[in-house]
Amino acid sequence: MSRKISMKTAINEALDLEMRRDPTVILMGEDIVGGTGAPGEDDAWGGVLGVTKGLFAKHGDRLLDTPLSESAYIGAAIGAAACGMRPVAELMFMDFMGVCFDQIFNQAAKFRYMFGGKAETPVVIRGMVGAGFRAAAQHSQMLTPLFTHIPGLKVVCPSNAYDAKGLLIQSIRDNDPVIFCEHKNLYGHETEVPAESYAIPFGEANVLRDGDHVTIVSYGLTVHRAMEAADALARDKVEAEVIDLRTLSPIDWDTIIDSVERTGRLVVVDEAHPRCNLATDISAFVAQNAFGALKAGIQMVTPPHTPVPFSPSLEDLYIPSAEAVAAAVRRTLAPSPRSTLAA
Amino acid sequence: MTTLNERIKPIVMPKWGLSMSEGKVTGWLKQPGATVNLGDDLLEVETDKITNVVEAGETGVLRRVLGEPGTVYPVKALIAVLAEPDVPDSDIDAFIAGYAVPAADGEEDGADAGPRYEFAETAVGNIRYAKRGDGATTVLLVHGFGGDLDNWLFTIDALAEGATVYALDLPGHGQSAKTLPDPTLTGLSKAVQDFMDAVGIGAAHLVGHSMGGAVSMRTALDAPERVASLSLICSAGLGPEINQDYIAGFIDATSRRDLKPVLETLFADAGLVSRQMTDELLKYKRLDGVDGALRAIASSMFEKGAQRAILGAAVGAANVPTLVVWGAEDRVIPAAHATALGSAARVEVVPNAGHMVQMEAAGKVNALIKDHVTKNL
Repeated sequence: MSRKISMKTAINEALDLEMRRDPTVILMGEDIVGGTGAPGEDDAWGGVLGVTKGLFAKHGDRLLDTPLSESAYIGAAIGAAACGMRPVAELMFMDFMGVCFDQIFNQAAKFRYMFGGKAETPVVIRGMVGAGFRAAAQHSQMLTPLFTHIPGLKVVCPSNAYDAKGLLIQSIRDNDPVIFCEHKNLYGHETEVPAESYAIPFGEANVLRDGDHVTIVSYGLTVHRAMEAADALARDKVEAEVIDLRTLSPIDWDTIIDSVERTGRLVVVDEAHPRCNLATDISAFVAQNAFGALKAGIQMVTPPHTPVPFSPSLEDLYIPSAEAVAAAVRRTLAPSPRSTLAA
Repeated sequence: MTTLNERIKPIVMPKWGLSMSEGKVTGWLKQPGATVNLGDDLLEVETDKITNVVEAGETGVLRRVLGEPGTVYPVKALIAVLAEPDVPDSDIDAFIAGYAVPAADGEEDGADAGPRYEFAETAVGNIRYAKRGDGATTVLLVHGFGGDLDNWLFTIDALAEGATVYALDLPGHGQSAKTLPDPTLTGLSKAVQDFMDAVGIGAAHLVGHSMGGAVSMRTALDAPERVASLSLICSAGLGPEINQDYIAGFIDATSRRDLKPVLETLFADAGLVSRQMTDELLKYKRLDGVDGALRAIASSMFEKGAQRAILGAAVGAANVPTLVVWGAEDRVIPAAHATALGSAARVEVVPNAGHMVQMEAAGKVNALIKDHVTKNL
């Protein structure tokens, strides 16, 4: 049975279904059960935005409220994973990654490689990413490129409730460490989601819209900006193909290259800081592998190279907009090759 | 108030399936002024699921074409007018001016007011089904391998004129339970009978597509009192050949890129495989339990690329009134199997249609089934 639910509910449902299916799945994190230390369910508000709400009543002490020490509990989750559990650790804001990153990139990501394939680390680290929440520079970053840089980590960033549920279930069943990035401004976004369990395989991008004139690649919140831009362009008879990457490691190069070979034009939209991000990575890959197909310079739509501003008007300008995406597409369509330099 | 002239016949945007609310006119196959006979192809309509031809349900001259190609219209919107040549233009203009699109589903039409789908609790688990119409005759539609009740998108409403029509999702399929206690033909036939018990169907005219045809034949042999007639559409169970590449390809595909070419084998016109159709099947295939169910069914029924159960002779001997319909360009099960029942069945091979003949030539197939059911009341 399928019904419309929000991405937040879909994530909650994925956690619930996997905890029911597999007794080794446990949840860890700050305030994922409650907050003030009062006993029992009364206090079980389920995380800072309520994503894990209701799970304590169903699964009790398989939800572990941890001290405010990311270094300690992320390390504990990774250790538990190496010993046969399937922990899902919530980092609240991915921006807090700094204090526990050694556990992830130097330990979890390397166990399989350094122990000759004999160690598996089936841990999921989930947390909020992205700007637009008026939460200032330390709670608003899209840090996905930090994770895609590290071999041994899988990196997921869904754009909608259906994908969030299927990708989180796949993340929990996966035997490698997965960084699961939840855009906080998509928590309320609703799509049709089956009530049953299902897993979406990693490394398969979703083509949301077919088009022959230009390929727009994105992930997370900016997928929606890309779709708005595509709708606006369609009114001017410009048909854009929109690719939602869904997983950033592994990444679906085939779908990107196939599309660009057909359209000859590429616009990559990335909410991460502009240096060495997914946009530069994809642009370089396409330039190297499909150069002959390109009819225009590749365009990247990203925020400026600044911290995320706290001023609401500046924050709104910071996030790539549908207008910016449409303008980038128009630059690829401009007749003179020099016009692509105007960006 | 305009006078309703009974010689003026409206042509409206059709409703294909339970979820369709609008459709796009893609082109007219008859021009204004043309004489139209019953069953003639009139125009093509595209929905988010599929593109199909609208056939004339009446005879007359195409006096007005209102549906503009490329434009989307709500279901039941007036898109053309048929009338005899001697009906004055002024009457037609008045008819068009006075035409009001009936209210949307659920607002006034009792039959449409219920839920889109219902569920029946059976011995093999929850079975999803759709029910249309309330006639005395009962028709039960049984889909094929990997299919679901929406394979009858263009069938269920057409047959519901004068009959009660049920379409179910077999276990392991659609939104029914994914556990399959018995993945054999007998097990699936038992599930159909359990479903009939659960919703209170004594006997029904069984219409089976592909594997659903074999399930229907098994049911007619195991429980003859419950099967009033058989309509077998591109049916399994009539010969050993089956396209193993299709079966394996369908099971193994996990991406749109892999699945789309597999689905194209189902149709004579590969262009009918839409993004929506491929996406919905992928979503189904990702559900927990589906992969196991499909593999279990395939290995019990189509092991090593051959159909295990061949029931034509037994059904022929059992004297069940049987209609066999095939798409001439079926690339999953060869149309040569259509003659397996010999003179014991009425056989129709439809040109320019593939394995999904009930979708590709819906008007013709619906008329054949209706005729068969009516003759065997």
